[in-house]
Amino acid sequence: MSGALVARAQAPAPAPASDRAAYRATLLELAREDSRIWCVDSDTGGLEKQFESELPDQYVDLGIAEANLMSVSAALASTGILPFVNTMAAFASARALEQVKVDIAYHALQVRVVATHSGFSAAHLGPTHHAQQDLAVMRTLPGMTVMTPADAGETVRMVRAAAYLPGPVYIRLGRAETDPVYTGDDPGFTVGRAVELRAGGDVTIVAAGSYPVLFALEAADALAEQGISATVLNMHTIKPLDVPVLVRAAATTAGIVTVEDHSLLGGLGSAVAEATSLHHPTRVLRVGAADSFCPRPGTHREQLEASGVSPDRVVAAARAVVRGRR
Amino acid sequence: MTVQTAEAFAGVGVDLGELERRALAVREHVLAIGAGPIGTHVGGSLSAADILVALYFDVLRVRPDEPGWNGRDHFLLSKGHASAALYATLAERGFLPVEELATYGRSSGRLMAHPTLSVPGVEFATGSLGHGLSLGVGLALAARRAVRPNRVYVLLGDGELQEGSVWEAAMAAAHLGLDGLTAVVDRNRLQINGSTEDRMGLEPLTDKWRAFGWNASVVDGHDFSRLVPALRSAPGSGRPTVLIADTVKGRGVRHLEHRKQGHFAKLSPAAYERALAALRAAA
Repeated sequence: MSGALVARAQAPAPAPASDRAAYRATLLELAREDSRIWCVDSDTGGLEKQFESELPDQYVDLGIAEANLMSVSAALASTGILPFVNTMAAFASARALEQVKVDIAYHALQVRVVATHSGFSAAHLGPTHHAQQDLAVMRTLPGMTVMTPADAGETVRMVRAAAYLPGPVYIRLGRAETDPVYTGDDPGFTVGRAVELRAGGDVTIVAAGSYPVLFALEAADALAEQGISATVLNMHTIKPLDVPVLVRAAATTAGIVTVEDHSLLGGLGSAVAEATSLHHPTRVLRVGAADSFCPRPGTHREQLEASGVSPDRVVAAARAVVRGRR
Repeated sequence: MTVQTAEAFAGVGVDLGELERRALAVREHVLAIGAGPIGTHVGGSLSAADILVALYFDVLRVRPDEPGWNGRDHFLLSKGHASAALYATLAERGFLPVEELATYGRSSGRLMAHPTLSVPGVEFATGSLGHGLSLGVGLALAARRAVRPNRVYVLLGDGELQEGSVWEAAMAAAHLGLDGLTAVVDRNRLQINGSTEDRMGLEPLTDKWRAFGWNASVVDGHDFSRLVPALRSAPGSGRPTVLIADTVKGRGVRHLEHRKQGHFAKLSPAAYERALAALRAAA
């Protein structure tokens, strides 16, 4: 693992940025370098200006028809094209899941499904556009790599790393700007290798996605003031999961707290519990979205907190893990 | 016997006798597979048999000894449950040994009840209905952007047209002007629960396709003298083409024809012998 740590507090923080914008800029750069890389759109808005206008031969808009979108992309990939498929997480993982399963995953094709509006990031758009189940379903597809970046900078590294990865890839993005997690030098990126953002001996917090990682760091600060030192891992790759780092965490700290912008059922927390129960049983407390639909409008953060995902919840879970050891 | 049909394309004759012989062989294989350990979708395999034979023995540019040849025409069996007819046709055409058909459904072999990539000549694993036409759109789009001559043929079931994704694909193909794409609908008018028109009506079917921007016509799906020229001349200009192939479920075995009970069958030895005798008597 890279030893790159994050000094978060002191330097003036870079401005918030959107992982979606970072992805789109990176996709265009990649496509300029390699004509096999296509942007397959589904009326997502903006790509016709940002991509089609410059590289029309590597772009197709299939309209508002996500089932067809996935199957067409599979067929394109079967001919050697490297399609990046653009839609929202709710549609990629639910409406078009069968096409992703059968046409993309079963055929092990190099299709990159890049889904925005994941978790509660669609915020005020409501539960029709929320995606609290996509990690759960995508990671059950054989051969599917499943990743979610912590900030815009990591999005750039992740998209570049995904471009030529064998087999299908699901990249889970948010929507609006979020605060940066990484503020120093380029920390590098390896698919399937977690990034240690803080080193601590008492408890390990494993997080994935922008708000969850920010919450984990905020919780680690609060815990430090209470005399509890926490390791913070950015588990940007949900599948294949970084099992060795989890085994080390289980062996060297009191237990693990997971944090995710996803249902408590089947996501990062479940993946971590599955892995540790097999390889090094330890206490795993999961912070994730309650098994219910959001009843009211709210910002992304407000909906997370209403659903049970907040720095305070991470702190409480970490304290419970540490208390359990004593 | 080579017969020059009136509609024969570019002066190349249609060998009707050869096509009829192959079609009989394919139907015999289908019945044998139906008498095997897991049975098969007999009715829809027999209705599709002549379309498959016309494609593989006349229309498609393929190389059995080089299934991945990059100049090939693509064929997708969107109604993947007719796997018995596809495997039988591929075997007759030389993609796999005819003897291998006896391994259909056996765990020691590779012939699953729905086509898989492990079978030479199979381009996509199909069987979940409503995927094939979209896959055809992708292949046709890729060929056109690369300025390659590969044509794409997709065989759909008529009941399959009840899947909404078929019409997403139909819209896309017309919008993109994919004239290298040809769909063939095996219009046998039966689905599991009965007549398509009783269960979830499809008519006026030709009008539907035309309204979606396709060249659409009806052709006898069992008369090679009409089917072959229609398939040969299908790729048009500017828009995709669909042939509604008028077929009979269970075609060739009199007591199975037009019967929904023949959709899936696991034939007993006696039933197999009776079906085979009926098939040969009608040939």
